Amino acid sequence: MTEELDLRAAPGFVDEEVGAELPGLRLDWMTMPRGPRSSPTALVRRLGALSNRYRGASVVAMRTQPIPHAYRTFFRQIGLDPDVDRIPSEQAAVSRLLYGGFRSHGALEDALLVALIETGVPVWALDADLVDPGGLGIRTTVDGDVLGSGEQAHGVPPGRLVVADARCIHAMLFGQVAPGHGAGPRARRVAVFSVGVEGVPAIHVEEALWVCAEALRTG
Amino acid sequence: MELLERVPGGTLVPQEISSPVVDGGERAARRALRGQIERLERELSDAFVTAFSMGGLDQAAGHPRQQARLLDLGELEHVRDDLVERLSCARAWISKRADEQAASRLALEQMLLEPGKHRFERVSCSDLGQPGCGAWEVRPRLGLIGMLMGWWQVKLSSGCPLAGGRGLAPRPAHS
Repeated sequence: MTEELDLRAAPGFVDEEVGAELPGLRLDWMTMPRGPRSSPTALVRRLGALSNRYRGASVVAMRTQPIPHAYRTFFRQIGLDPDVDRIPSEQAAVSRLLYGGFRSHGALEDALLVALIETGVPVWALDADLVDPGGLGIRTTVDGDVLGSGEQAHGVPPGRLVVADARCIHAMLFGQVAPGHGAGPRARRVAVFSVGVEGVPAIHVEEALWVCAEALRTG
Repeated sequence: MELLERVPGGTLVPQEISSPVVDGGERAARRALRGQIERLERELSDAFVTAFSMGGLDQAAGHPRQQARLLDLGELEHVRDDLVERLSCARAWISKRADEQAASRLALEQMLLEPGKHRFERVSCSDLGQPGCGAWEVRPRLGLIGMLMGWWQVKLSSGCPLAGGRGLAPRPAHS
């Protein structure tokens, strides 16, 4: 008999000004056990099966599909060039074409990748011990903000969009995770979060977290 | 916008105005620009897919890596104008390539109709917008005899051999 998951995705906050400027932007997050370090065979096999979904022509046409299109558009609207900083689903697809298949990098990384491939919505993982129980959200930086905490923290220019909680900034939005805040091998629990944008149905954003949790638990 | 305010001491000091009308107008303008960016991105993606079968668009010189931020009106206009330019270039390239392919198809039809008038002319599959690396070519039937007799035909080459050839297959190990 398999153990049922008792996990709930919580909606994160979106700063009022950011929400007014970028309607549809949302962040969902949940915490869960980190799971095993190396991928179970079933998860590796699942990645292999997902690799077979991709063909060159389908990757080229990917940007015309609704969810990749929504992320590409959002990237442009926040000053990123999706042809330079690829959206996560395109980045995964290009890696698949370059290496001939999805490579396993550990259970958590594989679960994040499965969630991305299945839903098109990117999911990131943080060390849950460093996340304030009040929850994660999206805001803009102000003067004096730093990315991360402790000795590894470094300054961030004002006006940048970041993923933060009440205590500190954990990651740049669609960018770098603060050094030491990622779900490293010593983390016991992880806080996973997904970011949805206008044009991406809310159910996909939540589904991405569920797929990640389910993949991590059962492979 | 600045407003001069008279303080009790009689001095005029500038006061920042944050007019809801101005803010609302700018916000509406930014929203409109984001809508235009969405539409242009869609059209550029369609153009990218269309162009792929014609040889693919050149990758535009990308901007340096940036960090996500809220763009102001001027920056959004810049993104919009950049997309307009890219789309315009992409459409011009597709149109030019389509004209070239139409001309190649016409040339092939003429070769097929009257091969004798188009001796040794050659049209590659890529010029026709077809996959593969074969080529249509007017060749004499039976070599030299065909050349002397005026027997001409259009042949489709089989394209490239396998990259590197089949090579020597490893022999199965004998037990």
